[in-house]
Amino acid sequence: MLLRAIVRNCAVLGRVGATTLLAGLLAGCQGGVLDPHGPVGAAQRTILLNSVAIMLAIVIPTIVATLGFAWWFRETNTRARYLPEWAYSGRIELVVWSIPILVILFLSGIIWIGSHDLDPMKPLDSQQQPLEVQVVSLDWKWLFIYPEQNVASINRLVVPAGRPVHFSLTSASVMNAFFVPQLGGMIYTMNGMTTQLHLQADQQGEFYGRSAHFSGDGFPGMQFVLHAVAVDAFDAFVNSARSQGQALDRASYQELARQSLDVPPSTYRSVEPDLFHEIATQGVPPAPGPQAGRPEPSVSPKTGG
Amino acid sequence: MLGKLSWDVIPFDQPLPMIASAVVALAILGVLAWVFLAGHFPYLWREWITSVDHKRIGVMYTLLALLMLLRGFSDAVMMRSQQALAFQAPGYLPPDHFNQVFSAHGTIMIFFGAMPFVIGLMNLVVPLQLGVRDVAFPTLNSVSFWLTATGALLVNISLVIGEFARTGWLPYPPLSETAYSPGVGVDYYLWAVQIAGVGTLLTGINFVTTILKMRAPGMSYLSMSMFCWTSLAASLLIVAAFPILTATLAMLTLDRYFGFHFFTNEAGGNMLMFVNLIWAWGHPEVYILVLPAFGIFSEVISTFSSKPLFGYRSMVAATLFICIVSFMVWLHHFFTMGAGADVNAAFGIATSIIAVGTGVKIYNWMFTMYGGRIRFATPMLWSLGFMVTFVIGGMTGVLLAVPPADFLLHNSLFLVAHFHNVIIGGVLFGAFAGYTYWFPKAFGFRLHEGWGKLAFWLTLIGFYATFVPLYTVGLLGMTRRMQHFDVPAWYPWVLVAGAGMLITTAGVVAQIIQLVVSIRQRAALRDVTGDPWDGRSLEWATPSPPPVFNFAALPHVEGEEPYWSIKQRAREQNRLRDEPEYEPIEMPRNSPTGFICAFFATVMGFALIWHIWWMVALGALGAFATFVVFAWRDIPEYVIPAAEVARIDRANRSARREALATYTGPRP
Amino acid sequence: MTAIDVRERDPYHLGHRGHGHAPGHGDGGPAPIRIVVGYGFWIFLLSDIVMFSAFFAAYAVLAGKTAGGPSGAELFDLRNVAIETAALLLSSFTCGLASLAVTARRSSWFYVAMALTFVLGASFILLELREFAHMIARDAGPTRSAFLSAFFTLVGCHGLHVTAGLLWLLTMMAQIFAKGFRDDILRRFMCFSLFWHALDIIWVALFTVVYLLGASR
Repeated sequence: MLLRAIVRNCAVLGRVGATTLLAGLLAGCQGGVLDPHGPVGAAQRTILLNSVAIMLAIVIPTIVATLGFAWWFRETNTRARYLPEWAYSGRIELVVWSIPILVILFLSGIIWIGSHDLDPMKPLDSQQQPLEVQVVSLDWKWLFIYPEQNVASINRLVVPAGRPVHFSLTSASVMNAFFVPQLGGMIYTMNGMTTQLHLQADQQGEFYGRSAHFSGDGFPGMQFVLHAVAVDAFDAFVNSARSQGQALDRASYQELARQSLDVPPSTYRSVEPDLFHEIATQGVPPAPGPQAGRPEPSVSPKTGG
Repeated sequence: MLGKLSWDVIPFDQPLPMIASAVVALAILGVLAWVFLAGHFPYLWREWITSVDHKRIGVMYTLLALLMLLRGFSDAVMMRSQQALAFQAPGYLPPDHFNQVFSAHGTIMIFFGAMPFVIGLMNLVVPLQLGVRDVAFPTLNSVSFWLTATGALLVNISLVIGEFARTGWLPYPPLSETAYSPGVGVDYYLWAVQIAGVGTLLTGINFVTTILKMRAPGMSYLSMSMFCWTSLAASLLIVAAFPILTATLAMLTLDRYFGFHFFTNEAGGNMLMFVNLIWAWGHPEVYILVLPAFGIFSEVISTFSSKPLFGYRSMVAATLFICIVSFMVWLHHFFTMGAGADVNAAFGIATSIIAVGTGVKIYNWMFTMYGGRIRFATPMLWSLGFMVTFVIGGMTGVLLAVPPADFLLHNSLFLVAHFHNVIIGGVLFGAFAGYTYWFPKAFGFRLHEGWGKLAFWLTLIGFYATFVPLYTVGLLGMTRRMQHFDVPAWYPWVLVAGAGMLITTAGVVAQIIQLVVSIRQRAALRDVTGDPWDGRSLEWATPSPPPVFNFAALPHVEGEEPYWSIKQRAREQNRLRDEPEYEPIEMPRNSPTGFICAFFATVMGFALIWHIWWMVALGALGAFATFVVFAWRDIPEYVIPAAEVARIDRANRSARREALATYTGPRP
Repeated sequence: MTAIDVRERDPYHLGHRGHGHAPGHGDGGPAPIRIVVGYGFWIFLLSDIVMFSAFFAAYAVLAGKTAGGPSGAELFDLRNVAIETAALLLSSFTCGLASLAVTARRSSWFYVAMALTFVLGASFILLELREFAHMIARDAGPTRSAFLSAFFTLVGCHGLHVTAGLLWLLTMMAQIFAKGFRDDILRRFMCFSLFWHALDIIWVALFTVVYLLGASR
């Protein structure tokens, strides 16, 4: 507890410095990880800035001293002392080891507390029940299943603003990473495994999201927009999804799982129960890879996939 | 008959690789034709290709590294220009090509650029600094080099015949499994890296043995130069880490060739195991590269400050500390995998602990400069550029070691900027410092200072102009490895990074011009004394370039900074040590084993990539036969007569005597 | 500059002057070639053991991943493995005899001991291949499950080492035959016997981890 308090207090001090220093950078950072719109992203940004501040306190004097020593002791400077044999000083050695050790001790506190506070598996503090969303990364699009609402969406994620969202994530084929920079917290998606992530959007808005782990030819197009909307707008989205489009059952899932590029957003009016569970436990087989022209170079936008 | 090989695998429809490879092929053919027609081949064969002299092998390693750095750099230019053109547009490289380019860039830069550069300098310098005549296993050393060259050749063949991997420089399954990468690209990667990896492992074994078992009389561990210490640490890391790479790639190979299930989605395979194993090698690999660079900086900063290295004991301790801790941090490469908070926190802390070791080193270099008489020659400029740049790279590295921050920055261009910051700012600046510092030792003339300084400033400015924008755009959420992108906020920064690349290109050109100009003006740049920088370690006791046997009589080392002690005594007594009694010297005979063995390895690797099984058998048989023939030879050594040794050493002594007479030294 | 006795220099404050008191003092200069060769080969063996540990680790991770296929307990025939083990351990003994014969420069004994070593090593390989063939015949080949992939790779990698050792053994016999007990040949033989004994050590670990623990699971 004491450690935590010390870290917090010093962190506040550090933040003031870091904020000033990074003000210029921040100005240009609209929409990035330094412009969060949710509690997770905000907390992660705070840790990021605190760590930068703590390290800058050491790094800047080091750089200045390095350049200063180099300049002062230049060969042509007649005023500089020459100590041709001076290569050891117990006191300096002590300082030289202590400075990095103390900084790292301090940072270790931040790392330990931060890792536990911001564990992606940990539910967020909130009055509201989290919205359940199941995420499947496919080649090359995102499938979002709303199990409670029994609808699904491709490449578009609509969530109510101000309510926590609990994501369960898996992959139909290769590894990907689910990442909405302004809400924070990246996590891998992997076939045969389920990862967990809790996020929340504080205000309404549209937030860019994408895969952050390279997954093949269609990787650049593996992006989506997260719409944080009012509660009634969310209900409207669910109702409109329910009233149109296909049903997502095994057959249509197999169809969906085939490789395709730059898929426009769409919705499914219903989802077969346990589909996510079946994908995550390999109850349905992994998605096929490139089909055309084996064993030649596979799908590419050039050939239209 | 020819496995998967057919005319279809040559990308006639893609002008870019065809033109590039045609130019390269023409250049190679031109050089070969010139070598043969001008009658240089016997000389090359006798003096270089079959040479087992550590200095010659070191030079060949460095040459290979410089060529591959150019190849990798041209990939980098393509990537930056593609992204500059690919804002809401397809650019000029289709994804299948772009993905090969970034995979080849990483693979070439790490395995065939940075590694041979560092190993080349180790080869050139370590035996000289230890005061001995060669490494422990000279012929094995030649085998190591040629196997590395084989790997480089295979990667470059993939440009024309077939394709290279499209999976990134570490082929994460299941993307790299046959199901998702059915082409030969990943196979090229696997065999090229596997064959070169064997070469590297043999180098590691060779240098551990050399440094621990072959030092000049009287040289204790604690009177070894810092570069020998860091080379020892790097070699130990090679011995401990490269077998893991071999095993991991073997498992992926079995998956791809025989349908095993180590890392597949099906039948219980576990992709996480690949990620863990590859980084259990991959993280130590970072230190295999950077530790020798740290050693180079220690030598350079001490020499050009005209002072002993400050805190030698701390430096040794910090080196070994990094060496050990580097094996305990691999998980920080995948904090976002969803391991629990305890695991992430533990590895995050372990990672930042490494910064203690590097921090100590930075301060010790700083205090080495304190009280010095600093000469700003090119190697010293690279070192200063390193100290500033590496501190920043280290800071962003520790930032990425904080798991909650990593959740925001992982796999972004911030990460890309970070590791380029430490690898360019650390390894490459170190290699260039070593290259300019030891060039006169290898060739007998210095590199042109003016062009060298220009190259340094252009490279330094170009580096910041390229990677500061990438740090920024990473903070804006831009992911790495994107063939095109749609987010307007990223576009200006990508353009700036592209412009930075132009400056870096000017730096590369300056570096090439420096070499050409230096060769043309070699008479003026001649190093007659063998000690052009007023050095402190034993390599400067030999003439430049050193004779094949390095030392006429092995020096007797009495304490630290062996050559400085010898020199100081000579200066005080105003005379050299007494002439030793010259004796005939036995040296290992040259052997084509390495070259022939690598030829068969190339044949075998190529055949394995294309599933030409009879050719695989032929290659394996050939390689085995080469070793048997080598084992059968009766006279492994030849003798240099005492008179010849005396002639060479007396020339060196008279040069030293003249230098001693005119020595003024640093102003007190 | 003040005159200093350079032999008294101790700029790093290592607490010793000159040679003789520091760790790893290289008093005599480079070690004799026999030491260097042996040392280098030990380092190689260590690297080989590191490679095996990667395969062991993979096996430990995948040992339970039978994917509905047969497990170790159903597949392993401990009697066969016991014979294999006996053959390999005995071959180490005969290899030791060959070393003694080399020390005593008794070429006939050397050939007999080496031939015995070869026969024992070859029977080990044959038994192993027979085991593999049986398993593949009952649809328990390496492509059946991740567990079997790891099993075949780990055991097969050791088998490949033994096969390479047999090839080396024959080359060694031919070398002694052609060149006699020459210094360089003796050094090579020393490396060979180190290699052969190291394979035993790995087999003991393999036998325990794979077969004994696997059969009891």
